[in-house]
Parts: sequence; C-alpha cells; structure tokens
Amino acid sequence: MFLSRTLLKRHSVLPGFDLALGVSLLYLGFIVLVPLSAAFLKTFTMTWPAFWGAVSSPRVLASYRLTFGASLAAALLNAFFGLIVAWVLVRYDFPFKRVVDALVDLPFALPTAVAGIALTALYAANGWIGRFLEPIGIKVSYTPLGVFVALTFIGLPFVVRTVQPVLEDFQKELEEAAATLGATRAQAFTRVILPVLMPALLTGFALAFARALGEYGSVIFIAGNMPMVSEITPLLIITKLEQYDYAGATAIAVVMLVAAFGMLLAINLLQAWTRKRQGR
Amino acid sequence: MTVDTAAATLAHSPAARTTIAPRTALAATAEPAWVRRALIGVALAFLAFFLFVPLAAVFYEAFKKGLAVYLAAITEPDAVSAIWLTLIASAISVPLNLTFGVAAAWAIAKFEFRGKNVLLTLIDLPFSVSPVIAGLIYVLIFGLQGWFGASLRDHDLKIIFAVPGIVLATIFVTFPFIARELIPLMQAQGQEQEEAARVLGASGWQMFWRVTLPNVKWALLYGVILCNARAMGEFGAVSVVSGHIRGQTNTMPLHIEILYNEYQFSAAFAVASLLALLALVTLVLKYAVEQRVKKQRRDAGASAPPIE
Repeated sequence: MFLSRTLLKRHSVLPGFDLALGVSLLYLGFIVLVPLSAAFLKTFTMTWPAFWGAVSSPRVLASYRLTFGASLAAALLNAFFGLIVAWVLVRYDFPFKRVVDALVDLPFALPTAVAGIALTALYAANGWIGRFLEPIGIKVSYTPLGVFVALTFIGLPFVVRTVQPVLEDFQKELEEAAATLGATRAQAFTRVILPVLMPALLTGFALAFARALGEYGSVIFIAGNMPMVSEITPLLIITKLEQYDYAGATAIAVVMLVAAFGMLLAINLLQAWTRKRQGR
Repeated sequence: MTVDTAAATLAHSPAARTTIAPRTALAATAEPAWVRRALIGVALAFLAFFLFVPLAAVFYEAFKKGLAVYLAAITEPDAVSAIWLTLIASAISVPLNLTFGVAAAWAIAKFEFRGKNVLLTLIDLPFSVSPVIAGLIYVLIFGLQGWFGASLRDHDLKIIFAVPGIVLATIFVTFPFIARELIPLMQAQGQEQEEAARVLGASGWQMFWRVTLPNVKWALLYGVILCNARAMGEFGAVSVVSGHIRGQTNTMPLHIEILYNEYQFSAAFAVASLLALLALVTLVLKYAVEQRVKKQRRDAGASAPPIE
C-alpha cells in the first residue's frame, strides 16, 4: 500500500502495483544496486594517492589506450560496414538473404569464449585467414590487431540492427522528391537519406563502442595479453584480483564503470534524438 | 540509349512514353546494377570474414580429428559436469529473471508512477557493465575479504568459488533481457483489456493468466530465448567468481578455456561446437518468434489486439 500511495500519479482499477513494483525494486536492489555500490564504497576506503596510483600506473594507462583505441576503431569499422549491410538487407534482394539477416545476430548468441577461440584459430599464422595475411607482414592473432578483430566481431550487430528499422520506415517519397528536383543518386544519399539515418547510425556506433569497452571473453584468447602491448583493461582487473589486490582491481573497475555510465547516458540521449527525428 | 534519342522517341511516339517513363522513374531512386552488386559483395565479404568463416571454423576444428575424438571430448566426466553446471545455472537464473521481468513490466507498462524513467534506466544498467566487473562486485560482497566473507566462513557457506556465485553472476548479466522485451509491447497494448476483465468480474490472477499472459507470450518467449543463450554462454563474469575447479565449478565456457590453454584444441572446439549449435538454434527460434512479435507490435500500435 505504501508504494501505491506515495508513488502512483493517478488511481488505477488494475491490481498488483504494490506487489509488482515491490518485487522489482527488491530484486533490482539485491542483484544490481547493492553489489554495484560495493565497488564504489570499496574505493572510498582507499586514500586518494593510493587510488590515483592504482588507476594511472603506466601499465594501466597502456591498457586504457588499447581498450579505448581498439573499441573506437572497431566501432568505426562496424559503423561503416554496418550501414552497408543494413542498406543491402533492406533495399536489395539476393539468395539466402533471410539466412544472412538472421546470422547478423550471431555475435549476440554465440558465447564470447567460442568466438574468441574461433577467431584466434582463423587469424593465427597457420589459420584459414591468417596464412594469407602472414606473408604480407600482417600479424593478427596475439597482437593489438587481434583485439580489434575480436571487438569488431562482438560489435557487429549493433549498427545493422539500429539502422535497419529506420531504413525500412524511410519514406521513399523523399528520395523521389530529391530526384525530381535534380539531385543525383549520390546527392540524394548524402543530403536526404544519410541525415535521416544519422541518429540511428550514431546510436549503433555508441552501443558497439560501449559493448567493446567491457568485452573480455573473446579478446583474451586472441590478444596474447602482453603487458603494455596487448593487455586490455578488464584483463588487468582480473590479474589484480588474482594477486589479491582487491582495492587496485576495484579502483580500475570504478574508472571503467564511470566510462560505461557516461556511454549509457550518451546512448539514452541519442535514442531520444532518434525518436524525435522519426516523429514518434 | 542516349538522352537525345530518348527525347526524340518520346516526342514522336506517345506509345513509347509508357514504356520508357516508368523505367526512368525507377532509376531515379535505385542504384545502377553494378553499384548494387558491389554493395552486396562488400556486405557479404565483411560478414564472411567476421561471421560466417569463424562459425564454420568452430565445426571444422571440432571434427578435424574425427568423430571418435569429438565424442570422447564431450562425454568425458569433466565435460559432462561442466554441461550440467551450465544447465543448472541457466535453469535457476532464467526463471528468476522471468519473474522479475513480468513484475517490472506490469508495474511500468500499466501504471503511471514517479521515478518510472529512473527505474527503466536502472533495469538496463547490467548491459553497460563489463562482465568482469559484474563478477568483481560479488567477490567484494561475498568473497573472503568481502562484506559478508567472515560470517559466511563462520557458517561454512561458500558463495564465491562455488555454484551460488556462478548463479548470481549469471543472473546479473542476463538481468534486463526479459523485462526489456516485455515493457515496450505491454506499453503499446495499453490497459483496456485488463480493465474490461476486471469489470467483468475476473480476479487479479485470472486477469493475469487469461488476458495479460496470452497477449505477451511471444515477446516473453523471445526474452527467455535471449536470456538463456546469454546465461549458458557467459564467460567473463562467471570466470571471476568460479575459481576454475575442474569437475566442480567449471561451466562449459570455462571448460573450453582450460582445454584451449592446455593445447587440447580439438576437445576445446568440440565443446565449443555444442555452444555454437545452441547459438544457431537460438537464432532460428529468435527469427521465428521475432516475426510474430513484430506482427503483434504492429497490431498493438494500430489497434487493441484481439483477445485470443
């Protein structure tokens, strides 16, 4: 009764508000909020110099550079190719199109460890793809480039799946109008279609980037995990934990959490913008 | 045909206009054939390098040393216990998240209350947290040096490096899946049908079982499928809390990691192929259910759906 009296904005004849919201808040609190706050509370037990030392040692800084850099590069690649994939899936017909469409979601469904070992085997020097790259001097497995490949894999569906519905709803009349007014096909794409797709494209990019920042499973197999070179930040957290440096691990985790929450905020704003653009 | 001759033909024969005009109109909002083919080629090449070939590689590597090696790898005791633990973790976490998802969706979709948007954002929170951090926070609470570490040890209870920790970590990473499938659909459906059921004398639970649940069953199933796939495949979060005790606290993904690090590649890929198969089944189910949900959402958007 307490919940409905204090929170409800207007009376409803439907039952179960107290029970439903009570269960939700309790579960949310125990599973998500209390444990997450533990991370922040743990860092409050550290002195400021200790915290700063833990999150800004050269090895940690190198891991930030790799994690953020590779995530950004992978999200950019996914934004470019994801747009093409979404375009092709919406506008053109080709054999096995539905199978291809369904397979785009594979990175969501395939466990990251499986993706990790499969990509490592492929891009290793004797792998199906690696054997063609090795002679021209490109090493992928066990290098930072491997991190980029793994992050591209796990971020692949985001741009496709955010751009696809917007493109499906796109009013063809706008393109026809552009063509009637003398625009070339390229002009129609860059001046008419792309601006409509932009919010969705940015949202997909941000989602892929955010997902890549925290990724662990697929990366550790292919990265080689050399300190200062190919060691990602989530792995460093685990390394610190295995050395029983709980405070150090948590300090780095808090930095990553703040970055993740920043991305969450950005994504929410982008999605609000997408809805506004679509006039919903 | 050049523009000049086309114009000339048009001017001279009215009949030609009907055959040429549609073709040029089509060309105005479509790309030339070579552009289409190039774009399809680029898209498929990209997907091949990052999706199709890795998927094929899993099965190829799994069967490379023959069926006997494959079967031995997935039937040895450690593998079987890993499979069991994976099934147990998902059998506990999916129903719990399902209960939460339905409760949260009911409160959010059918009522107007203060703080609703905050609640919506908080539900999505686990998606933006790195799996490694998801594991870490439970270590901070239940680990030996954690908040409850000492009292847990006094009562001889183990959460971290034991099954309960694995279940907790799995629940955390799969937390939002079902809620976020149900909320938009139930919001679009509105509350008229439930109100009608109440007016006609249905009790709260009757209304829920006979009206609400049938209306959202496909979205519910869709959420369960996604939740289950992630629960069975979770690696990072589980890896932090499991302790990697063979035959006891190893899930399938962790078992794969151990085999791989011991250079037992065929065995690793054999176990991996089971998870890849699960992923494929998930995709097929997902695709089938997705079509239903899309249709239902369209119906809900256009008008209230018929009571089944």
